[in-house]
Amino acid sequence: MNIDLLHLMPTDIFRILPEIVLTITGVLVMLIDAALPPRADRRNLGWLAAIGTAFALLSSQAQLVLLQLPERTGFYGTVETSSFSIFFHVLICGIVLVALLVALDTLPENGHHKGEYFALIVFGAVGMCLLTSAVELLVVFIALEISSISTYILAGYRKDTGRGVEAAIKYFLLGSFATGFFLYGVAMAFGATGTTVISEIAARVHTGENQGLLVLSLGLMLVGILFKVSAAPFHVWTPDVYEGAPSPVVALMSTAPKAAAFALLIRVVYGAFPSMQPLWTPLLWIVAVLSMTVGNLAALRQQNVKRMLAYSSIAHAGYLLAAFAGVGNTGITAACFYIAAYASMNVGIFAVVTLISGYNDELPLIKDFRGVLYRTPVLGGVLIFFLISLIGIPFTGGFFGKFFSFSTAMGGGAIWLVLIGLLNSGLAAAYYLRLVVSVAQKPEVDAPLAPARQPIGVAVAAALMLAVAATLVLGIAPGEVLKNATQGAYELMPHSMHQVNSPGSSVPQ
Amino acid sequence: MHLILFILFAGLCLAGALNLLLQKHPINSALSLIVVMTSLAVLYLMLGAEFLAAAQVIVYAGAIMVLFTFVVMLLNAGKEDRTLGSFASWSVGFPAVAVILAVVASIILKTQGLGDAALGDKVTSTEQLSAVLFKELVLPFEVTSVLVLIAILGAVALARRGDGEVRKDGK
Repeated sequence: MNIDLLHLMPTDIFRILPEIVLTITGVLVMLIDAALPPRADRRNLGWLAAIGTAFALLSSQAQLVLLQLPERTGFYGTVETSSFSIFFHVLICGIVLVALLVALDTLPENGHHKGEYFALIVFGAVGMCLLTSAVELLVVFIALEISSISTYILAGYRKDTGRGVEAAIKYFLLGSFATGFFLYGVAMAFGATGTTVISEIAARVHTGENQGLLVLSLGLMLVGILFKVSAAPFHVWTPDVYEGAPSPVVALMSTAPKAAAFALLIRVVYGAFPSMQPLWTPLLWIVAVLSMTVGNLAALRQQNVKRMLAYSSIAHAGYLLAAFAGVGNTGITAACFYIAAYASMNVGIFAVVTLISGYNDELPLIKDFRGVLYRTPVLGGVLIFFLISLIGIPFTGGFFGKFFSFSTAMGGGAIWLVLIGLLNSGLAAAYYLRLVVSVAQKPEVDAPLAPARQPIGVAVAAALMLAVAATLVLGIAPGEVLKNATQGAYELMPHSMHQVNSPGSSVPQ
Repeated sequence: MHLILFILFAGLCLAGALNLLLQKHPINSALSLIVVMTSLAVLYLMLGAEFLAAAQVIVYAGAIMVLFTFVVMLLNAGKEDRTLGSFASWSVGFPAVAVILAVVASIILKTQGLGDAALGDKVTSTEQLSAVLFKELVLPFEVTSVLVLIAILGAVALARRGDGEVRKDGK
């Protein structure tokens, strides 16, 4: 195919530069994996994947700075480069990098398709990144499928255990069903407006034609997306899948695909249906309250650490959705910040859980975590740090995430939502503290020793340091990230709809 | 004439779909899926989407269904056991399905004067269709290759025995 014939400019290629870097990395990992002899050590493939992901992160940063790309769409209006897309590209590449580093040291020595594992993560990242820069629903759909299918496969990586297979099949069946809903919504939007470009849909929605179909379309798309972010009442798959999937995979799939799906949610509600805000605000209000309450109440009763964290992630989706109650587009900034904070602490806590419980979940229960602080003080300390951040205590990312989200909701007049959110945060502290207490208790003499006795590897140490640093920076100096999020939010909206106030305007930096 | 054909094939499509769910043997279900796919192709044809109709017959009714049938036969899948469904599925599932169906149907019936939903101006010939596919939609078209690659990788990772996994026959 001839580029001239397509009328594509080099700038078009640069707009998908991070995706190209990731795809090349994935293909390289896959090919080298196939060329290596069957029993060769495949650990270095993980380093290759990590380096490729780091390059993708840098290339995403370079798009606006070095290459001076004008903030416009490319490829016939299907992808855009903006502060919003770059914010999420950097976030997702960062999460994937950490997940790869964790996997490097925690995957079992043999018996696993390590090469395919690394390649699947990198290819999945292609889908997640593309999802955040796509402004056309066909590209959105394909990107969503890439990110989902790679996660379905990774969830079933422990194929010799019943739980692993159960997790993969459950996730696959329910996930495909949810994607079906989303696709039906896309078809309805196309039927009602005759276009799949998000900005053009917004223009047609504004005219008020075919309102019935458009409402249906919005509803169906929301079902699909809310499933992906595991918000109640579409959350039932979460605990089973998180419990059955290997912990290094959960570190990835509880954060990166969710960040991408939240970016999609922002694009759909603020990008495609901004004039229907009076309709979707109460809908998301209900979902937010349901997610917080269901997630926290169920988490209280869990004995298994991964199940507890799964319910906690449902609750966090609820806190995040509270931001959407803000006036105008103020919610976008708070939501973007919350995603970054949530991702950095969740990827970190699952990395620690991997190290303590082991890849095969030898020590899955809260009481098995007893005495970790004495046995391996570093791990115990880091675990407590992430738990504190999840509770939302100041000087951690979790605090500012909740603070911005709730203050935005307050600005939108959703006082009850904030009250319910604050009550829920208090409730949540109970089960997080239960784990903290268990970790800090003196170990019993005859307790089984955690596999974490083995020295912590270089890669996983780097991963933990990255996650801790990100959580700390978001908690102590949120200004820079908040500035980027605000910039992204500003560019996402059609220029007539800008609001002057943003949640960060009153925050000390 | 148009209406009679529509009722005929829409009815056939629905009957096939119902039969697919009710049959106990997988091969019967697979065969009824062919009926569904083919009658859908006729419906596309009546809407004026010739290319889509042809692709539907070749890809779905042809290639994919052959693959389906092969897999069912290779796995030697027998009759499935069936439960009557849990209490939750009867009390919540079926009413929910009925409500969603009613809402979707009422909205579609209420919407009046839907225009053409077409890619660009009149896309009729294969040439025009490929112009859209390889120009405006070149990015989704190319990115689909990553999707296919992931599916292949996944099939290998989930189905093939790992390097260090002990073979059950001891070799």
